[in-house]
Amino acid sequence: MGAGDIDRVFRDEAGRVLATLIRLVGDFDLAEESLQDAFAVAVEQWPATGVPANPRAFLVNVGRNKAIDRLRRQISFRVKRRELEIEAAIARQIAPLDPDDDAIDDDVLRLVFICCHPALNREAQVALTLRAVCGLTTEQVARAFLVGEETMAQRLVRAKTKIRAARIPYVTPGPDMLDERVGGVLAVIYLVFSEGYAVTSGAALMREDLALEAIRLGRLLDALMPGRAAIAGLLALMLLHHARRAARATEDGDIVLLEDQDRSLWDAAEIAEGLALVERALRAPGRPDPYAVQAAIAALHAQAPRHDTTDWPQIVGLYEVMLRFYPSPVIELNHAAAVAMVDGPARALALLDALAARGNLEGYHLLPATRAELLRRLGRNDEARAAYRAALALVKLDPERRLLARRLAELG
Amino acid sequence: MNYLLLIYGNEAEFASQDKAALGKMMEEYGVFTQGIIKGGQFKAGDALQPTSTATTVRVRGGKTMTTDGPFAETREQLGGYYLIEAKDLDEAIGIAARIPGAKTGSIEVRPVMVYG
Repeated sequence: MGAGDIDRVFRDEAGRVLATLIRLVGDFDLAEESLQDAFAVAVEQWPATGVPANPRAFLVNVGRNKAIDRLRRQISFRVKRRELEIEAAIARQIAPLDPDDDAIDDDVLRLVFICCHPALNREAQVALTLRAVCGLTTEQVARAFLVGEETMAQRLVRAKTKIRAARIPYVTPGPDMLDERVGGVLAVIYLVFSEGYAVTSGAALMREDLALEAIRLGRLLDALMPGRAAIAGLLALMLLHHARRAARATEDGDIVLLEDQDRSLWDAAEIAEGLALVERALRAPGRPDPYAVQAAIAALHAQAPRHDTTDWPQIVGLYEVMLRFYPSPVIELNHAAAVAMVDGPARALALLDALAARGNLEGYHLLPATRAELLRRLGRNDEARAAYRAALALVKLDPERRLLARRLAELG
Repeated sequence: MNYLLLIYGNEAEFASQDKAALGKMMEEYGVFTQGIIKGGQFKAGDALQPTSTATTVRVRGGKTMTTDGPFAETREQLGGYYLIEAKDLDEAIGIAARIPGAKTGSIEVRPVMVYG
């Protein structure tokens, strides 16, 4: 029984145990402290006894007893009442342990919803979810978002204070607000994935751990709320992008564009899982889900044996579905890039210039970068150079900067 | 005629004052509150939790939009208030969203301080 094995059990069980403890003790902070107490007991006992057959039940039991100890101490500090009154107060505060295992799934779902509650800001939602549901330490969450541990600790304390003071409920939302709240949870998961997969600044192209946490959260949510197109769609989208991770960069950390990637390096298992999920998500009745449509685009890339055999007309069509239901400047940009593959760079350039004229993407490096590629293909090298320089002035991620500089140098 | 008396102050300074200063202020509030109760002028009054616990609710195009934090729009001015009892923040947000003014303005939902 090594420390690594115990760590793995903790990581797997932290979210579930915390979720159940919150239900039993009725307080986020107390549950978190008791979880840490339970881990401490396990670290002490398990190397000798081995991991118990049901580590979750062990941790919940120990955590609950530790919470009772803590409350007992608090109460006897605050008021010197008779022993009986103290016990009665504790009994009122802590629900009895219900051995019913089914309740645990509901607990985890409630925990996800409380962490992603819309009365908390997005940064707090992401931090709480990673800390409470995924079981990351405050230091790990801080590192993932490139902020100091102190700053992250304050962010978490503020979020938990608000949960308690404003009485954010520990419930699965009712049917009238469920769609909206699921949407909020998915936005948090997608943000975690994007931060891991398409890092916006810094030296490395990917932070693999964050992308994996997001996929883990997506799988968890899909298992807890099966049959929801948005959840299946997002999980598919993440898997189909993540499947390309080994081909996306050279050993030196330089970007390899989709057209140059060695497709034999793509993760066939993740692609297969993603494709099955896309189909499920797209079969759902009603307006197509935006994650599912974007996953369908990723699926077409995943299914193409070579870049030049990609089904570009269908990709253009899917971007047009996005533009009709969920218009955004970034989708317009991607649509234009796909149009270039079907109708040629001249028509795509006209779309981009119209987009640029509206000024919505000012400051976004991929607008001049995409423009530069189209100009280069049209042989308008002077304008292409100027566009690459404009993109270089805006780019924040080192590997992207090197790619743009390389392209510029190739133009001579 | 009824009047609403709104108490503004610096939260950070309030939170950082020492126990003695806090006790003195609470005592002054006690004396003041008792005074207007005796004078027959008191209707209701509460301390509020700090703005870090606030949630702002707006309804636009039939959709409820919820944001973390207090109302911070200088182009809108305080125009009224409701004191409600709700079992949790979700119920309070739901009621806030039904206020007609939520469709054009903003409703700040702030928990009332509970002592003890």
